[in-house]
Amino acid sequence: MTTTSLTQSRCAGRAGDKVFSGAALAAGCLILAVLFGVALFLVVQAIPALVASPDKIQGGEGFFAYIWPIVIGTLIAAVIALVIATPVAIGVALFISHFAPRGLASGLGYVIDLLAAIPSVVYGAWGAAFLAREISPAYDWLANNMGWLPIFQGPASATGKTILTAGIVLSVMVLPIITSLSREIFLQTPKLHEEAALALGATRWEMIRMAVIPFARPGIVSAVMLGLGRALGETMAVALVLSSGALTASLIQSGNQTIAAEIALNFPEASGLKVSTLIAAGLVLFIITLGVNMIARWIISRHKEFSGAN
Amino acid sequence: MSKRIDVKDLNVYYGKFLAVEDVSINIEAKSVTAFIGPSGCGKSTFLRTLNRMHEVIPGARVEGEVLLDGDNLYGQGVDPVTVRSQIGMVFQRPNPFPTMSIRDNVLAGVRLNNHKISKGEADALVERSLQGANLWNEVKDRLAKPGSGLSGGQQQRLCIARAIAVEPQVILMDEPCSALDPISTLAIEDLINDLKDQYTVVIVTHNMQQAARVSDRTAFFNIAGTGKPGKLIEVGDTHTIFSNPTQKATEDYVSGRFG
Repeated sequence: MTTTSLTQSRCAGRAGDKVFSGAALAAGCLILAVLFGVALFLVVQAIPALVASPDKIQGGEGFFAYIWPIVIGTLIAAVIALVIATPVAIGVALFISHFAPRGLASGLGYVIDLLAAIPSVVYGAWGAAFLAREISPAYDWLANNMGWLPIFQGPASATGKTILTAGIVLSVMVLPIITSLSREIFLQTPKLHEEAALALGATRWEMIRMAVIPFARPGIVSAVMLGLGRALGETMAVALVLSSGALTASLIQSGNQTIAAEIALNFPEASGLKVSTLIAAGLVLFIITLGVNMIARWIISRHKEFSGAN
Repeated sequence: MSKRIDVKDLNVYYGKFLAVEDVSINIEAKSVTAFIGPSGCGKSTFLRTLNRMHEVIPGARVEGEVLLDGDNLYGQGVDPVTVRSQIGMVFQRPNPFPTMSIRDNVLAGVRLNNHKISKGEADALVERSLQGANLWNEVKDRLAKPGSGLSGGQQQRLCIARAIAVEPQVILMDEPCSALDPISTLAIEDLINDLKDQYTVVIVTHNMQQAARVSDRTAFFNIAGTGKPGKLIEVGDTHTIFSNPTQKATEDYVSGRFG
């Protein structure tokens, strides 16, 4: 008797379990397959450029000599964007989550989210037509007063279409990503820990430093990495804003180039080996992004013991 | 290192809602005072007004006076941050900071306000506080490990160590044992007994046996019905409250006959 009632099962529930686990597995496999497919495509298409004799590649000195200046350019633009956007984004997120009155907070959050909805070509047009023109006097000032620093070496670009302008435009574009993710995480800080800090006699800022920021650190790292992903891969804004050229240390002269913009500007007219070269550049960008994400994972896992997840 | 608290005609509001009505009570220094009463009667709310922690909830406010050795906590120009550094609190659920080691948890309050202490002083303080919380022997070999790795009872004693490390005048405990097993509860009760030699202790508890075991004086709170404000019915020596209360409601509650 007992055995029969135990072996009988409600089939509908079981079927639901199977369908769900199957769907989840399929989705997971699909992601891996797509990623692998993209990687395979990039590698296969890039091989001709990687094995071609150096004089056939653009510039005549081989693929490596072609790619490294634009890798550096890409990293410079992304780093500028993050250096500007991260503190602002965390500040705005903290203001929304812990300081602003409730009515203002939701309005401000909405406006920030709206920034993410603007197409990147609009940012590019704004950067090229407005920001570059308005900011060039500041570049002159930097060249005159801070010119002894290699990064502010003059003469400043008259048009303002420099890597620094591109970085500033990128920072505005990654701001909403970092802000909204950080805000969500700040809001999830357990009330228990905030009250623990306050009950010890912490001011609001001390409470944030003691309870909120440590709790949110892995989330902030992830948010910054997502922002970095966008900054590294952004194409249109950089292509429109930057007056590209050879690699230069100065951020306020025209010059430098990013991988994504290089591909976008050259791909339409490319053929033969040139296509392979650009795809190989894409492969390099892919590897950089992968590396950045792995470093981010490593940073997060290093603090796992103290994350509060246990 | 301990002060008395005198509460005069205190009303507690959440926005327009009157949560606790007209409480006047004297809490003696170096004694344990227990607040008992049914759920929702406002005893926790009232406890949180004693170190201005209720202000964390938007719209919460009070009328009346809370005097710490004669100084009104709600007087003009009194900073709630200063109040809370003198009146510590232990919460219902153990809440050590998960991102800090055991040692850093104990030092968390001391390091506030950019207060700098030398490593030697810090070591001594950590040992003294953990010993004061009866936790030193259990954790002395793993002070650098995260506090969240301890058992629930150990975490709660860590929170008590953290509270006494700042040398407060008063320690408030909001149902400190309700999430703990009986053995951990016993450890905390023993600790409360030791603490009253140095501190004024106020404890909210659901457990009447616990109130009878640990407290010198007991205050009984009650509520007339949902939506009505909680009131202080009676306060007196614990022995009197449990054996010979003056109010019928108190007698019904402590003898297990409700309503």
